[in-house]
Amino acid sequence: MGGKHYLPLTDEDRQEMLSTIGVKSIEDLFSDIPAEVRLQRELDLPPALSELEAVKHLNSLAAKNKHLNNCISFMGAGVYDHFIPSVIKHITGRSEFYTSYTPYQPEISQGVLQAIFEYQTMICQLTGMDVANASMYDGGTAVAEGAIMGCGATRRSKALVSQAVSPFYRAVLKNYFNSRGLPLEEIPLKDGKTDFAKLEEMIDDQVASVVLQQPNFFGLVEDFDGVADLVHNHKAALVVSVDPLSLPLLQAPADYGADIVVGEGQSLGVPPSFGGPLLGIMAARQSFVRQMPGRIAGETVDSEGNRGFVLTLQTREQHIRREKASSNICSNEALVALAAAVYMAAMGPQGMHEVAEQCLQKTAYARQKITALSGFEAAFSGHNFKEFAVKVPGKPEDINKKLLQKDILGGVDISPFYPELENTMLFAVTEKRTREEIDTLVQELEGWK
Amino acid sequence: MEYKVVDGVKYTQQHEWARPEGNIAVVGLSDYAQNKLGEIVFVELPDIGAAVEAGKSAAVIESVKAVADLYAPVDGTVTEVNETLLDQPELINQDPYGEGWVFKVEIKDESQLASLMDKPAYEEFIIKEEKEE
Amino acid sequence: MRKAKALLFEMGRSGRQGYSLPSCDVPEKPVDELLPKKMLRTEPLEIPELSEVEVIRHYTELSTRNFGVDTGFYPLGSCTMKYNPKVNEEVAALPGFACMHPCQPEHTVQGALELYYNMEQHLKELTGMERFTMQPSAGAHGELTGLMVIQAYHRNRDDHKRNKVLIPVTAHGTNPATVTMAGYEVVQIPSDDRGNVDLAALKEAVDDTTSALMLTNPSTLGLFEEEITEMARVVHDAGGLLYYDGANLNAIMGYARPGDMGFDVVHLNIHKTLSTPHGGGGPGSGPVGVKERLVPYLPVPLVGKKGDHFYFDYDLPESIGKVHSFYGNFGVVIKAYNYMRMMGAEGLKQASTDAVLNSNYLASLLKKTYYIPYDRIRKHEFVVSAKPEKKKGAGAGDIAKALLDRGFHPPTVYFPLIVDEALMTEPNDTESKETLDAYAQAMEDIAKDIDQDAEKVAAGPYHTVVGRLDEVRAVRNPILRWEKK
Repeated sequence: MGGKHYLPLTDEDRQEMLSTIGVKSIEDLFSDIPAEVRLQRELDLPPALSELEAVKHLNSLAAKNKHLNNCISFMGAGVYDHFIPSVIKHITGRSEFYTSYTPYQPEISQGVLQAIFEYQTMICQLTGMDVANASMYDGGTAVAEGAIMGCGATRRSKALVSQAVSPFYRAVLKNYFNSRGLPLEEIPLKDGKTDFAKLEEMIDDQVASVVLQQPNFFGLVEDFDGVADLVHNHKAALVVSVDPLSLPLLQAPADYGADIVVGEGQSLGVPPSFGGPLLGIMAARQSFVRQMPGRIAGETVDSEGNRGFVLTLQTREQHIRREKASSNICSNEALVALAAAVYMAAMGPQGMHEVAEQCLQKTAYARQKITALSGFEAAFSGHNFKEFAVKVPGKPEDINKKLLQKDILGGVDISPFYPELENTMLFAVTEKRTREEIDTLVQELEGWK
Repeated sequence: MEYKVVDGVKYTQQHEWARPEGNIAVVGLSDYAQNKLGEIVFVELPDIGAAVEAGKSAAVIESVKAVADLYAPVDGTVTEVNETLLDQPELINQDPYGEGWVFKVEIKDESQLASLMDKPAYEEFIIKEEKEE
Repeated sequence: MRKAKALLFEMGRSGRQGYSLPSCDVPEKPVDELLPKKMLRTEPLEIPELSEVEVIRHYTELSTRNFGVDTGFYPLGSCTMKYNPKVNEEVAALPGFACMHPCQPEHTVQGALELYYNMEQHLKELTGMERFTMQPSAGAHGELTGLMVIQAYHRNRDDHKRNKVLIPVTAHGTNPATVTMAGYEVVQIPSDDRGNVDLAALKEAVDDTTSALMLTNPSTLGLFEEEITEMARVVHDAGGLLYYDGANLNAIMGYARPGDMGFDVVHLNIHKTLSTPHGGGGPGSGPVGVKERLVPYLPVPLVGKKGDHFYFDYDLPESIGKVHSFYGNFGVVIKAYNYMRMMGAEGLKQASTDAVLNSNYLASLLKKTYYIPYDRIRKHEFVVSAKPEKKKGAGAGDIAKALLDRGFHPPTVYFPLIVDEALMTEPNDTESKETLDAYAQAMEDIAKDIDQDAEKVAAGPYHTVVGRLDEVRAVRNPILRWEKK
């Protein structure tokens, strides 16, 4: 039988326990399941594997995948190939952290609670917001819940979302709004950025949330001057999705008037894992705290007056407010938030600044080199942080196939999301890419006919 | 009786009280209810001018791990709310019939108030409720 | 002597660093040439400057202030805190999984797609459903996805009247919250004297506005809904669908399947039933399975197979769309897949057998001292009511704190709501008889302590790194981040 090493009861134990219970057989313990729904056969699953065999099997599956450790990657679109300091896995691998549940009993959960409190603090320091939660599932669900939070705070129901927000996030947002029957409209693009003149035409006193992204999906830094005033004049909430690793360089969202800051936190020391687990970031101004979804750790004191931490403002949450809760979220991505916290602690302000600046410099270098090639053309003008869109002289799929022969994972083909952008690729360049790797990419592209 | 029940106010079965002052009723939570709820940490007040309906939620009272609706005892329009509660929600615990009042409402129909419980009836009501628990 | 632990922000020193990066090897330009000046950050980051040693010691100390399944017995009801096999962590961290980008071309991710495909086959067999999506990242996320699928089904049939979802009083709090998120109204169904859903009340509540009934079976009382077939008939006859909350599936693997009970949609909590760790709150994973008539509405993409080739199937014109940026918590699914491969059919059934045996055994030990309502053969969990102890001066929450002092994680307290002073206890399959005996002894000792000095018990815990924490203060004066004094 498989899994015997995880099941400590012996046959002798089982017999003794049955007699303590006062029943004759195991079958008696399942007599409450009506015969008509009892499974009358054994489950049809492949034979159990020993640990050795399982590891072999999983290794053979993993070996069929290409990955960022055996390829040079220029893929981004929300998930990036950043350097991950070794310390992170040693901390998240401590089983007192990873084998614990949600910290409902604070006296024996101070580790997780303090780590969340520190994570919240650092997210606030990056964004300039007053309060952050303990995490959402990913960037997409954080955007959706951020827009809904704006609805709760303004007691309105409509959201406007820029087409420069990641299409992956907009897909989730659309689904959440559609299910709830809330109206959602898209703000069109102008040269790869949100068309704020259009926003001015579209916004009215029904709008609860205006959702933007900085840097936007094309890696472009948008000029938010005056946008917050426009949004606030209509008493709507400004929701901005950010890449936290851009914030050592870019203005804190609080400074340009954001009310709710969401985003994907994967760039903070989290492996890409084929797109999950990721880290949904959620922060806001103080006045929005009661509409905030998810768990929040807060500081308090114990019976002896010592500082300690608890989950707080819990009446917002599903286990207390039930159908009137701010969200249904229960399990979140706490361990990933811990990884992000360790990342920020280890990198510190200089390390994060250096990473951000290297992304910026290397992206500028790659963009210049690639767009100098004949047939390759920047899709948009403007300032790019760590990725840029390029109109390419062929099918992105074919170009990527060729690049893969040199173990290069090329840019993400974004044409499917923007039919007007034919043959357009999004290249991401992180601090991990060397000049040599970028030059190799350029060289391979140069030969493209 | 271990809970304070005062004269001069009327009580609902959801443990609100209403004290008539002319055509205005002052509304709050009974001592029994605040006791059951525990330490109150947050109060959500109605808007001034809002129309409330007898038996429908008009305010929300929260303790650390519970949320309770405060139902309007009578139909009417909210004329005043106790904004002190926003900073000191514990007043409901400390002085439920006095400084812990929640809002005032202009009474539409006097007979609604008359149909609520007086002190002896409410005392009997909570004794019964205690037993059932 | 208890002592607070310093915060990261109270440590470190200007000029220290905990990282090492290669220097930039491309020609550099001034930052304000590469970015618009007015969008540049003006204030430096406040994040502390720490050495690597400080970072490691800080978090190591924090970990010693935390209790996990690896620390000790964790009978948290409806959470199935079973042992998390170590090998699962190892295989999930393989670079061929953990370092994959979600936008890689299909032919470079064949191993991952094969794993997803295999996992889907296993989950289908385990539950009796037609197809599964792995996109939902948690149980509650699965609930929302499931209700969205149900909603799309009704809408697609032009059946727009169905605006209500029925939920028994014993349901998890996520259920009603999910119903609201999906734009539905909650209709609560009471329990009968035996702790089952009140069938008469259900019949009364069901009509042509019923979208679905959401049910956990066995319930949070640990009781199997004996009338499940009749309940399914009642709901289906009225045109509604049945939703299965899989939080308690650990009770019945290999014995019964939601699909055979008449459920149309099911979500699993693989971080409960299938042994993946809970990470101090997450990440979890909540795959959703549906019967054939609901397959067209599942989120895209599904994973298909043609010959030896695995592919993403986006060809679902009626799909609800997406609920996650990519394909869900792949890293978590790997661990559950490895668990299922190692357990096999017999092992999974034995896990459920032992979970149910442990629960009935522990209940029979505890009922010598404590009151257990709805006392009959139960499944994987049971609920103790500490109402008599509360009258003496120490209730469920106080008993929980006393358990902390004895080295145990307490049960889920004050839930389900229909039991006063509830201690919802789930001993699961990976615990030994000795552990259960020791726990029962601890509970007996606590009962004696309450008889002698309830006030003392109510002021605990005494041996934890911090004393009882003031939760009222935390709400009245919220401090939600550290600020420079």
